[in-house]
Amino acid sequence: MGWVAFALIFWVAAWLANIRLANGRWSNRQAVRIAVPLLFGITLLVLWEGLVRGLEVSPVILPAPSRVAQTFAASTETLWGDFRQTVLKGALSGFAIGCSAAFLTAIIIDRSAFLTAGLLPVGNFVAALPIVGIAPILVSWFGFDWQSKAAVVVVMVFFPMLVNTVQGLRETDAMQRDLMRTYAAGYVQTLLKLRLPAALPFVFNGLKIATTLALIGAIVAEYFGSPTRGMGFRISTGVGALAIDLVWAEIAVAAMAGTAFYGAVAWIERRATFWHPSQRSGSR
Amino acid sequence: MRGSLVQVLTVLAAIVGLWYLAVAPMNIRVALDLAERSGAQVVPATAAERQARPAWQLMLANPGLIAQAYRLDRPRLPTPDQVGRELWKTTGRMALRGRAWSKRSLIYHGWVTLRSTFWGFLLGTAAGILIAVAIVYSRVADMSLMPWAIISQTVPIVALAPMIIVVSAQLGIQGRALPKAIISAYLCYFPVLVGMVKGLRSPAPSQLDLLRTYDATGLQSFFKLRVPASIPYLFTSLKVGIAAALVGTIVGELPTGAISGLGARILIGDQFGTPLAIWAALAAAAILAGGLVTVLDIAQRLTLRRMGMA
Amino acid sequence: MGSAPAISARNLDLVFQTRDGPVHALSDISLDIHRGEFVSFIGPSGCGKTTFLRVVADLEQPTGGSVTVNGVSPAEARRARAYGYVFQAAGLYPWRSIAGNVRLPLEIMGYSRAEQAERVARVLELVELTGFEKKFPWQLSGGMQQRASIARALAFDADILLMDEPFGALDEIVRDRLNEELLRLWEKTGKTIGFVTHSIPEAVYLSTRIVVMSPRPGRVTDVIDSPLPRERPLEIRDSPEFLKVAHRVREGLRAGHSYD
Repeated sequence: MGWVAFALIFWVAAWLANIRLANGRWSNRQAVRIAVPLLFGITLLVLWEGLVRGLEVSPVILPAPSRVAQTFAASTETLWGDFRQTVLKGALSGFAIGCSAAFLTAIIIDRSAFLTAGLLPVGNFVAALPIVGIAPILVSWFGFDWQSKAAVVVVMVFFPMLVNTVQGLRETDAMQRDLMRTYAAGYVQTLLKLRLPAALPFVFNGLKIATTLALIGAIVAEYFGSPTRGMGFRISTGVGALAIDLVWAEIAVAAMAGTAFYGAVAWIERRATFWHPSQRSGSR
Repeated sequence: MRGSLVQVLTVLAAIVGLWYLAVAPMNIRVALDLAERSGAQVVPATAAERQARPAWQLMLANPGLIAQAYRLDRPRLPTPDQVGRELWKTTGRMALRGRAWSKRSLIYHGWVTLRSTFWGFLLGTAAGILIAVAIVYSRVADMSLMPWAIISQTVPIVALAPMIIVVSAQLGIQGRALPKAIISAYLCYFPVLVGMVKGLRSPAPSQLDLLRTYDATGLQSFFKLRVPASIPYLFTSLKVGIAAALVGTIVGELPTGAISGLGARILIGDQFGTPLAIWAALAAAAILAGGLVTVLDIAQRLTLRRMGMA
Repeated sequence: MGSAPAISARNLDLVFQTRDGPVHALSDISLDIHRGEFVSFIGPSGCGKTTFLRVVADLEQPTGGSVTVNGVSPAEARRARAYGYVFQAAGLYPWRSIAGNVRLPLEIMGYSRAEQAERVARVLELVELTGFEKKFPWQLSGGMQQRASIARALAFDADILLMDEPFGALDEIVRDRLNEELLRLWEKTGKTIGFVTHSIPEAVYLSTRIVVMSPRPGRVTDVIDSPLPRERPLEIRDSPEFLKVAHRVREGLRAGHSYD
C-alpha cells in the first residue's frame, strides 16, 4: 500500500506546486510554461508506477513505466529498425509525396474558379471519410513492404492538404489583389509575392493535420501485412504474444515520433508565419 | 453550396469517369490470365512475358479482351457499378428479403459501427467540453493540460487500439463495444476541446466587461455569454469530431479477431480475398460518414437560425 | 504630351448590375486633371468618388464615355505603371518588413537590387520612416503604417498618385500631421494627386481643386478652384478664405442631398 500512498501524496503535492506556479508571479516565464506541463506529465507517470506496483497489476495487463523503460533499453535495436521501416520509410515518404502532390494540385485547380467550386465540397467530404479503410486494398496493390504504407499515407493526407491549400490561396482580400493589379503584376508574381505567403498559415494547418494522419496510416497499413518489422507489425504480434511491455515501448516510440514530427512542423510554421496574428499573440 | 451544385456534379462525374478509365489498366493482367486459362488467344501468350509489358501495351495488343477487365469477380479495382451492385446486394436486397439483421448484411454491420461511433462521440464530446471549460476557467488546467492534449493527438491511437482491446478482454469486459468507444472517444475529444476553448474564449473583453458592470455571477456570464458565443464553434468541431469518431470505431474493428462492424467486414474481405466485399464496406462507411456529418450540419443550421446567428 | 491633362474623363458612365437591380455609380462625369494639380473628391458614401478613382486606375470598367490617363487608356497606363495607388487601409503585407513592403512594387517591376535599396531608403526618408526598415507592419502604429503605404506608392516613377481616403481610419491629430506631410511631399515631388476624402477641412486644406459629388446617380455637382496659396501652414484653416471655400463645399454637399 506504501506505493499507492506515495503516488497519491506525490500527486497532491505536484498539483499544489502547479497551482502556485501557474498563478504565481513568474507564470509568464518560459521556464514555468514548460515546468507546469512537465510536472503534470511526471505526475501521471508516478501515479501509474505507484498504482501498478501498489495494486500489483499483472504486467500482462499494464506494465509499470519502469518496466517499459527497461524493455525499451533492452530492445533499442528492434525499435530502431521498426522506426526506420514505419516512420522514415512509410510515413515520411508518403507524407512528402502526398503533401507536395496536394499542394501542386491546389495551385493548378486554383486557376479555375469552376474546379475550385466543385472540388472544395468534394474534398471536404472526402477529408471526413474513414480513408484508413483502403489500407488492405493498397497493400494488395503495392505489396507488403513500405511502398504500400506510403501509398496509404499519400491518400490519407492528400485531401486535408488540398482543401487547406485551396482555401489558403483564396485568403487574399480584394484590396491586396487590387494593389497587385495597379502594379500590373503577372499571375506568377501575384502567386509568389502575395497569394502563397498569405496561404502559408493554411498550408501549415494542412501539414500539421497530415503529420498525425501519416503515422496513423503507416501503422494501420501494417496490420494488413508487412515484412517482419515495423511498428504496426510489432504491436499486432506483440499483443497476440502478450509481450505487452514491448508494445508499450513501441507506443512510446510512436508517441515520441509523432510529437517530434508535429513539433518540427510547428517549429517551421512559427518561423515561416511569424507575422500571422495566431503566432504573434502572447509573444509580443 | 447550392450555387455550386453544377460544379460539384461535374467534378464527381470526372472522378467517376477517371475511375472507369483506370479499371482497364488495373485489371487487364488478371483478365488476360483468366482468358488464357479459358483457352482464348492472348498476346503475349504467357503470364511471365506479360509481366514485363506495361498495362497500356497489353491493352493495345488485346483490344478484344479489355471488356473482360470490367467483368471480373475478383478485380484489383472494381468498377463503380460493381461496387454499387455489391452494396445493394448486401443492404437493400437483404432488407427486402427481411434479412437486414443477418450477419452477412451491411445494414447489421453498419449499425454495429454506428452504435460504437455514437457512444464514442458522446464520450469524446463530453470529455472535450469538460476539459475545455476547465481550461478556460483554470490557469493551472490551461498550462498543464493543453500541451498534453496536443501531444495526445500526435500519439497514433491506432498503436494503442489492439492493446486496448486485448487489455479490456483481460479485464473481463465482454464484447468490443467499450474498447471501440474508448478509441473513438480518444480521436473525437480533441477537435471538440480545441473548438470549445476557442468558442468559450470568443466573447470580446468589452462583452465580458458589460456583464461585470451588471455584477453578473460567474455562472451567469458562463450561460448567458460564453455558452451561446461558443455554439457555432461547437457545431463546427462536432462535425470534425463525429468523422473522427467513425474513423476510431473502424480502426477499433480492424485488429484481428473482430467479427462485426464495417471495419471487420474490410478485414474479412481482405482475408478471404473478396475485394468487392471490402469496397462495399468502404462505400457503406463513406455513406455513414456523409450521413452523420449531414445530420450535424442540419442541426447546426437549425440551431443557429433559432439563435439568430445565421 | 506637354500640357495635355494627366487625367481626362469625358461623359463617363458606370452602372453596376447588382442583385437589387442596376446602381448608377457614375453619371456623365467630365473632368480634366492637369499635371501637378492636387484634386480632391468629396461627397457622401455612394457618390462614386472612389469608383471614379478606381476607373482611372483600371480597377473598374466604365459602361460609357471615355477616360485617358497620360493620353492613353487606363489599362495601358496601368501596364506602363503610370500611377501609384494608396488604399484606405495601409494593406501592408504582414510577412514583409517595412522595407520589404516598399520594395514590393520595385521587385515586381524588375528594378535592379542596387536601385531597389537606393529607392527604398529615399522614399522612407521622404515619409520619415528611416530607422523602421526592419520593423514589421504590425509593430507600427496606424499612422506609420499608412505612411509606409504612401512610401510604397512613391517608390516607383509614377507621376500620378491616386489616394482613396488614405487617412480615413486615423484619428484627427495623426491626420493633421500626415496632411501637412503630404503637402510637403507633393511640393517636393511635383506629382499629380487625386485624393478621395470624407472630410471637408482635409479637402480644402490639401487641394488646388475640389470636386464635390453627390449620390444616386453619382455625379459632379460643383468644382471649386482653391484661392489658397500653395504654401499652407496648418493655421491657414482659421483664415477667412479657408472658411469661405469650406462653406462653399458644404453648400455643394447640401445641394446634392436636398432631396433625400
